[in-house]
Amino acid sequence: MIFNRYRRGLFIISFLAAPVMLYLVYVISPYLQAFYIAMTDWRGVTATPTFIGLDNFVRLFGDETFWKAVTHNVLLLVLLPLITIVIALFFAFLLNVGGAQGVTGIRGSKIYRVVFFFPQVLAVAVVAVLFQQVFRPDGSGMLNGPLMALGVSPIGFLSDPQVAFWSVLGVMVWQAVGFYVVLFSAGLASIPRDMFEAAQIDGAGRMSLFFRVTLPLLWDTVQVAWVYLGILALDVFAIVWVMTDQHGGPDWSTTVMAAEIYRNAFQYSRFGYASALGVVMFVFTVGFAILSLRLSRRERIEY
Amino acid sequence: MPHTPHISRRELLRGAALVPVAGALAACATPAAPPAATSSSAPVATSAANPLGVPADKPLEVWIFDGGFGQDYATGIHQPLFKSKYPNVEIKHNSTKEITKVLQPRFAGGNPPEVIDNSGANFMDFGALAQDSQLQDLTALLDAPSWDDPNTKVRDTIDQSVIDIGTYDGKFSVLGYVNYIHGIWYSQKAFRDNQWQIPKTWDEFLALCETIKKSGKMAPFTYAGKFPQYLYEPLLTMAAKIGGNEVLVNIDNLEDGAWTAEPMKTAATAWAEVGAKYLMQGTTGLDHIQTQTAQNKYRVAMLPSGSWLENEQKSTTPADFEYGMFPIPDVTGSDKLPYGTLHTQPGENFIVSAKSPNPQAGMEYLRAMLSKKAAGDFSELVRTLTVVKGASEGRKNSPGVESASKAITEAGANVVYYRWNNWYGPLKDEGVAATGELMAGRLSPDKYLERMQKKADEIKNDSSIKKYQRS
Repeated sequence: MIFNRYRRGLFIISFLAAPVMLYLVYVISPYLQAFYIAMTDWRGVTATPTFIGLDNFVRLFGDETFWKAVTHNVLLLVLLPLITIVIALFFAFLLNVGGAQGVTGIRGSKIYRVVFFFPQVLAVAVVAVLFQQVFRPDGSGMLNGPLMALGVSPIGFLSDPQVAFWSVLGVMVWQAVGFYVVLFSAGLASIPRDMFEAAQIDGAGRMSLFFRVTLPLLWDTVQVAWVYLGILALDVFAIVWVMTDQHGGPDWSTTVMAAEIYRNAFQYSRFGYASALGVVMFVFTVGFAILSLRLSRRERIEY
Repeated sequence: MPHTPHISRRELLRGAALVPVAGALAACATPAAPPAATSSSAPVATSAANPLGVPADKPLEVWIFDGGFGQDYATGIHQPLFKSKYPNVEIKHNSTKEITKVLQPRFAGGNPPEVIDNSGANFMDFGALAQDSQLQDLTALLDAPSWDDPNTKVRDTIDQSVIDIGTYDGKFSVLGYVNYIHGIWYSQKAFRDNQWQIPKTWDEFLALCETIKKSGKMAPFTYAGKFPQYLYEPLLTMAAKIGGNEVLVNIDNLEDGAWTAEPMKTAATAWAEVGAKYLMQGTTGLDHIQTQTAQNKYRVAMLPSGSWLENEQKSTTPADFEYGMFPIPDVTGSDKLPYGTLHTQPGENFIVSAKSPNPQAGMEYLRAMLSKKAAGDFSELVRTLTVVKGASEGRKNSPGVESASKAITEAGANVVYYRWNNWYGPLKDEGVAATGELMAGRLSPDKYLERMQKKADEIKNDSSIKKYQRS
């Protein structure tokens, strides 16, 4: 008996040891080390960095570029979930219950569902390079080509600091929407059909069907989507780094926190300072997650 | 059935998990303590044939940045030459496009390779390496006899600017191998066909731009709009031409008001005018390859670049294109430096790691690279001049190399350079961002220079950034 239990313990440990250790070594320990490195002047090569206390954090407060990056993240944090969720909800509604009968999708919804998901399948770097071509400022750009043919002067989607941020936001929404359409569709599928039918019998139109029935019953899913998209907005990196001119330009108009961390670490060789920026970003991200879960807490509807 | 697990928590912790975790943690992100010194083997005696004391059979590891020049020059030219003298030294050749990502961990781990071509967009910060004494002092190499002639020191076979620029903390430790010559590049064929003349003064330059613009055949001027560092280059060279070399020395030394000096104002105003009137449409959104390819297609007449251009564009250049370059024209009539003044800058920077197992062989490898044969073959292969004096003489050079080589002979001692962009990364990025805004007309020349001055002052007052000086 004792032998058996011993064997069972061994069995469990043998399964857990490897993943837990990998997680500790490659996830938890770098996190902890980042807090330590943030308080040193490490430049990436020396084996003995000097401890400098909170100097890096003090310096960070005067770093205009970093605060510019933070405002971009905050803007994304507000706009990206909002726009994405509105569009995705709209599409999901149309695809599932938007049809004439009110309980089926509009015509061709199965095809649309697949098509909407395409952008999600592409790697972010691929999307970034693709959109560089789409946004090209000369006649070979997919957007500027037709504009120029119409005699309009080309728009510097990525080269005009006034426009570049919106181009980045647009690409992020474009890529994210498909996934959330699928997520919301799944949420809708779990709502019993009779609810919609009952509402329709009571004379609800598409509008009130959406706002009175669909949205409240989907609230849990929307909340999850909000947190996911919020975190996506806070740690956006690849799209900005690959797609925009000068990695977050022109003139810092698209830079984000993660880009500044990368720049300071791998281009300026200021690993200590970059870690301090990373710590700040960590605080923002965790703060956001806690806040959003608190704020969006609502009574659950059971059915 | 009791639920007390038979293995106690203590046992578990003491067991398999903790020991390897602790070991692995120490080796992860934070730097490891350097391993005990391994250079216990006695140094090899130096001789006339082996002036740097290369051990006959210790391996040599070489890392080449696989960029515009590729890596064939290393495996096809430099390494065979080295091997011819040291057949028993095994050369471990490697190449990468990401020098920092691949090699920075090797430095942090205490086992760097011997020879590194620390180039490309992601090169390792020289200042950081120097600060941690990772760079081998190459003075011994300078004082060694050259590969070709035992009576000439290596020091006398290369340009003085290489030694100035490669010196960190008083020690020559970075060897720029290629001599980049900056100027305004054009197609000799296009200029001949249209009877356009090389402008000698800025007024002639503007008049030429006007002529080209009116001809409707092509746009007068462009630059790599996505990378405005291509444009601050002629701007700074022009300022140095107007106000003398000290303009650039002051900027490098972060002197008060260096950016807002009068010559800088004149130069910024001049280029802002080009930006407003003569740029090819869409310039600000195009990169260097796109603008250079537009030039190859005769859609634009001139662009600022360096002597790597011809090699970079070899696949899109028409056979009769005939690259040529001219220096910054006279601006004020009372410029401090004469016509023909050039900005040259050694590039493709090679270093030897001080803490590598075999630094002597690393230095010997550089000595082989600096032989006339190696340098001349290199120039022919990659169509770019090296810092080795006279290595390209009597060889079959391409039109661009020929033109640059002529320009450098005519410039004589009137060559200038700057280093702030390599010394202070944040200042470079500000320069890139602000220059783009200047050329797009969103920043006035005065505001542009004020902004640069502000950033320079910020860096000057930041105690965490190591400062450099030059004269």
